[in-house]
Amino acid sequence: MAALHFEFVSPETVLFSGEVDQVDLPGSEGDMGILPGHAPMVTSLRPGIVTIIREGRREPVVVIGGFAEMSPSGLTILADRAVARDDFDMATLANDIKDTEEDIADAKDDAQRDKLTRHLEQLMTLQAALAA
Amino acid sequence: MPSLKDLRNRIAATKATQKITRAMQMVAASKLRRAQAAAEAARPYASHMDSVLGNIAASVAGHENAPRLLRGTGGDQTHLLLVCTAERGLCGPFNSAIVRLARERALALANQGKSVKFFCVGRKGYDQLRRTFPTQIVELVDLRAVRVLRFENAQMIAEKVIALFDKHQFDICHLFYSRFRSVIAQIPTVQQIIPPVFDAKATDALAGAAYEFEPEAEDILHELLPRNVAVQIFRALLENSASFYGAQMSAMDNATRNAGDMIRRQTLFYNRTRQAMITKELIEIISGAEAL
Repeated sequence: MAALHFEFVSPETVLFSGEVDQVDLPGSEGDMGILPGHAPMVTSLRPGIVTIIREGRREPVVVIGGFAEMSPSGLTILADRAVARDDFDMATLANDIKDTEEDIADAKDDAQRDKLTRHLEQLMTLQAALAA
Repeated sequence: MPSLKDLRNRIAATKATQKITRAMQMVAASKLRRAQAAAEAARPYASHMDSVLGNIAASVAGHENAPRLLRGTGGDQTHLLLVCTAERGLCGPFNSAIVRLARERALALANQGKSVKFFCVGRKGYDQLRRTFPTQIVELVDLRAVRVLRFENAQMIAEKVIALFDKHQFDICHLFYSRFRSVIAQIPTVQQIIPPVFDAKATDALAGAAYEFEPEAEDILHELLPRNVAVQIFRALLENSASFYGAQMSAMDNATRNAGDMIRRQTLFYNRTRQAMITKELIEIISGAEAL
């Protein structure tokens, strides 16, 4: 099976660049497993865990928001923030949750409040998943 | 004729200046290393963003309801020049090179009958542009308090730019900054960010690929486009800060060398004066003795 070319970048750094077997990513409308030869697509990401699978090993990376693009030349993830799971600091996540809660309190209209509430739920789910 | 003491003081003053410039050069060199690493780390994200957006833009091209940030307002009457400079001087021609490029562009646009507005990031550019275009500066963002550039800083600027765009304050936005090539070469650069221009080469290979969007293309573009503006600004700011330290380093290197030359000249003059005085005193003693 041909390998999948995968680029994983955040504004501050390149996290990963190379050939992989599979990438599982948290799409905003559901989790996806990307295998080589996947159809071209673009999806936004919700806060969650991206799993890079190569040479039989799984490397989990925590991402907070971003986009994934699958094109014929490979998969690209543009993450807002991304940290390897082992290095991830739960305190920053707790901080984010608090910020989002405050934003919800300050939200001007319902549409914005809905969006923020959804974001908060996603963050809480991630927190629970990481704590487990 | 200055006294010997005056000359000594002058040499001491030049030496003190040289110490300062040398210290500044070393500080700039160490900051440069960090700034350069940050600028290089940000390049892949910005260029990937560019190509992803380019691909998506190509696949929704011609759509009636493509977001305005992507296709522009359709007009090109009002131009916003986003001029990023440093907060501090003592960096050679760094700030003036960016300002000169912006000024030339502004005059060229004005000659074509377009109106021009300025958005200044950084105090130095503001101070220089204020002289030529006192009424056209709409915003000034001061990053003096910022120690380490974060993505949030760029996001804040991007939000202001987009707010202006949404209020129909301008049609086209150009970004001015200095690209970091090497310590001795920083290239003042202009880039159009609204509406974005894509490198045809990068998108060409993939044109025609039909993308599936999840959620809808519109929603994605809605998030991606403002983000792209922020990313491009972020990259410009990082390149700028690396360029700034590079420029400062070479400016301070020159200053240190000039101070060295000056000290040599002053020391020579000091010694010559001292010897002249000794010779004069000797002549006086000898001629006094002869007269007896």
